[in-house]
Amino acid sequence: MSNSKPKVAFYWCSSCGGCEESIVDLAEDILKVVAAVDIVFWPVALDFKKKDVEAMPDGSIAVSFINGAIRLSEQEEMVKLLRRKSQLVVAHGACSHLGGIPGLGNFWNRETIFRRAYHTTPSTANPEKIVPLEKSIVDGKELTLPAFFDTVFALDQVIDVDYYLPGCAPPRDLILNAVSAILGGKLPPKGAVLSPNKSLCDDCDRNASKPEKLTIKEIKRPWEIMLDPEKCFLAQGVICMGPATRTGCGERCIEANMPCRGCFGPTDQVFDQGAKFLSALASILDIDDEKEMDRIVQTVIDPAGTFYRFSLPKSILQRRRMEAIK
Amino acid sequence: MTQRITIDPITRLEGHGKIEIFLDDRGDVERAILQIPELRGFEQFAVGRPVEEMPRITPRICGVCPTAHHMASTKTVDAVFHVEPTPTARKIRELIYNTFMMEDHTLHFFFLGGPDFVVGPQAPAAERNILGVIGKVGLEIGGKVIRVRRECRDIINYLAGKVIHPVCGLPGGVSKGLDEEHRVQFLETAKFAVEFAQFALQVFNDIVLKNKEYVDLVVGDAYKIKTYYMGLVDDKNKVNFYDGRVRVVTPEGKEFAKFSPPEYLEHIAEHVEPWSYIKFPFLKKVGWKGFVEGAESGVYRVAPLARLNASDGMATPLAQAEHDRMYETLGGKPAHNTLAFHWARLIEALQAAEAMVMLLEDKSITDPNIRTIPTATPTEGVGIVEAPRGTLIHHYKTDEKGIVEEANLIVATVNNSAAINMSIEKAAKAFIKAGKVSEGLLNLAEMAFRPYDPCHACGTHALPGEMPLVINIYDHRGGLVEQLKR
Repeated sequence: MSNSKPKVAFYWCSSCGGCEESIVDLAEDILKVVAAVDIVFWPVALDFKKKDVEAMPDGSIAVSFINGAIRLSEQEEMVKLLRRKSQLVVAHGACSHLGGIPGLGNFWNRETIFRRAYHTTPSTANPEKIVPLEKSIVDGKELTLPAFFDTVFALDQVIDVDYYLPGCAPPRDLILNAVSAILGGKLPPKGAVLSPNKSLCDDCDRNASKPEKLTIKEIKRPWEIMLDPEKCFLAQGVICMGPATRTGCGERCIEANMPCRGCFGPTDQVFDQGAKFLSALASILDIDDEKEMDRIVQTVIDPAGTFYRFSLPKSILQRRRMEAIK
Repeated sequence: MTQRITIDPITRLEGHGKIEIFLDDRGDVERAILQIPELRGFEQFAVGRPVEEMPRITPRICGVCPTAHHMASTKTVDAVFHVEPTPTARKIRELIYNTFMMEDHTLHFFFLGGPDFVVGPQAPAAERNILGVIGKVGLEIGGKVIRVRRECRDIINYLAGKVIHPVCGLPGGVSKGLDEEHRVQFLETAKFAVEFAQFALQVFNDIVLKNKEYVDLVVGDAYKIKTYYMGLVDDKNKVNFYDGRVRVVTPEGKEFAKFSPPEYLEHIAEHVEPWSYIKFPFLKKVGWKGFVEGAESGVYRVAPLARLNASDGMATPLAQAEHDRMYETLGGKPAHNTLAFHWARLIEALQAAEAMVMLLEDKSITDPNIRTIPTATPTEGVGIVEAPRGTLIHHYKTDEKGIVEEANLIVATVNNSAAINMSIEKAAKAFIKAGKVSEGLLNLAEMAFRPYDPCHACGTHALPGEMPLVINIYDHRGGLVEQLKR
C-alpha cells in the first residue's frame, strides 16, 4: 500500500445502505477510484477498528465521506473522531446533508418511537413492556447498546462539514465528479453543495409547459388524476418540489412520470426549502383573493411532511431544544 | 473464568451488527448473541403522511432492497384504496420485481456468499472476495457479473425512475408504461439473465458439489437448525415473489398454515428483548419459547431455502428441475441446512430470470392502460411480497382522506432474527472449543449468518478487502488477553 496515495474513509450513520450501493453502482469506475486512493476505513467492505482510526495522526485522512443522519451516541462519537482525523469531510447523500427520510423522526421523540416500535404495533407481543436498554443483563452477562437520541441531526449539526454531495441516493456522475475534483485538488469554496446551483425546473424537460401563472383551483394528489407524461406537474395541479429544489439529479423521478420530492435540498440562495416552496407556490397561483388563496393552500395534504420530506432537521421548524443524550 | 468475545462490527443487518460470544471456564461457548444497534422508527413517522407517499418513503428502510419495500408498500396502498392494478400494470410490476430478484440474488452469490465456496473457506481472507472469485472463474465471468447487474438495474431505472429508490408505484397501477422498443431491448437482457443464472448454478455444481469437503460442510450439523418455514405461494403452491398467500410448513414439511395478507396478525407476533433494537417474530399459534429449534418452538425461517421448503416447487420449468436436483442431494424436503440457502438462492434467480422472459415475450405488456384511478374511500390494507431476504409485510391504516394513522412493518431479515442468533450460536459451539479461536474459525462462524444474506450483502466483498471482523478476548476482569483481526 503506497503512502503517497490520498487516504479516504467511508462511514455510515443512520441510513439505509443506499449510499453504499451508490458507490458499488460506480461498477467498473470504482476500480479506478480504488487504484487512485488508499481506502483506510470502510465498515461494509474493509477490515477496520475504531482503534485503528484513533491511532492515525490528526488530519491524516485526506477525505471522509459520511452518509446517514445522526441518531445514536455511537454515530456521534465516530463522526467526531473522523472529523479530527480528516482534512475534508463530505456529507454524502440526503440524510447526512439535510437529515433525510430518517429526519421525519423529528415530528416525534424517542419515547413515542419506542412506544410504537416495541409496545403498540399490533404484531408486538410484549406483556412485560420491555424496551431495548443501553445496559442489560442476560444470564448474568452485561450487554450494551448505543443511546438513541431524542432528535435526528444532519451531519453539520454535529461536526463541521466541508462539502455536501446531495441526493437520495446521489447519482453516479456527481459522485465521480466530486471524487475527481477532490483528488485533483480542484476544490470549490468550503461549504459548497457539489451540484449545479440552480433549480430543478431550470433543467426540467417539462419546463416549457409551465405557464407563467397557474389557474388551478385545487391541489391534486398523484393518484387522483392520469398524470400527463409531458406536462409540468404543477400545471396539472400536482405538488412537485422542483421550484424549491436544486438540480443535478438527472430528473430521474420526473422521467418515471412522478413529481419531485426534493431530495437534493434547496439552492444556495435559499435558507429553508419548505418556506421557499410555499412562496413559489403562492407566486404561481393566479389568485388575487386572499381567502381563495388560503382555501387552495389548505388543500395541500401534509405540507410539513411534503415540503420538508428530506430536510426537516435542517428546517426552521426544527426543535428549539435539541437534546443530545437523554 | 468467563471469557467474552466481541465481533464488532459484522456486516449490515438492517443496520449494524455485533456478536458477543461468552465462553465458560473450560473455554467452550456458553452463549452467542447477535445484537442489532440500529432503529429508525419508520412505523412512527409514517403517521400523518398521505398513504400514496409511503411507496416513496419506505424504500429508505433499506437501500439494498428498496424495490421490495416499494412493491410491498404499493400493494398495501392498492389494498387501502380497494383497487386492483390493471393487468398491464401488474405485469410491469412483476417485471420490475423479478428483475430485482434476479439481480440481487446473483450478485449475492458472486460478491458475498460465493467467495466462501468458490475461493474456499480456508483461503486467505484477502482472496475471499469478488476478485478472488474472478481469479478462480476467469475475468470474462467477472465482466458478465458486472454486465448482468448493470443491465438489470437499467430496466429498473427505466421503469421505476431510480433503482435506489424506485418511485413508480401508485394505487391501481404504475406511473410509466413500457414501449415496444424497450420491450425488445429488455427481452435480450432477460434471455441473458437466464443464461447467466444457469451458468451460476453450473459454477455451484462444479465448485461446491464436486468437492467433498464443501458438501460435508453444507450437510453437516454445525449449519443445521430445524425450524418452521414461511413463504408466499401461488394457487398451485408454487414459489411466488410478488403475490399470493403465505404458507407455513412444520419442521417435518407438513402444511401448518396458509393465510392471505390481511390475516397475518393471527399468525405472526414479535418478541422483544432488552439487548437488541431488533424484534424477534414467531408463530403465534406455537408461541415464543426462546431461542430454540424444533416443532415446539415458534421460531420460523424465511428467505430462499425457507421459500422452497414452504412451497410445492418452482413456478418455471428450468428452476423446477434444479429444485428437484437440490432436494435429491440434500436428502428430501424440507432441508434444514443453512448453507443450502446459497443454493436455493441461485434456483430462485433462475425462476426470476425465466419469469422476466415470459413477461417480456408477452406483447400485451406494452398496453397503455397502466392505471385504474381509485374511487373507494381509503381504509386499511396489508401488502406482502417476498423480498430477497424473506417475507416482507406492510400494514397501513388511514383516515377517510388516506392519511396514515397507523403503520406496522415486519421487515424481511427481521423474520430470521431469532434463527440467525441460533445459527451463530450453533456454529460457534461447533468450532470454538477449549478457548481455541483462530482466523479460520472466525470465518466459519461468520459463514453461519451469511446464508441469510442479512441485508447489506452487496457492499461487502465488493472491493479488495474483506469483511471487517475483530474478535477481542477478555479475561474476567475485562483485560484484553488476545486480539484476532483480519
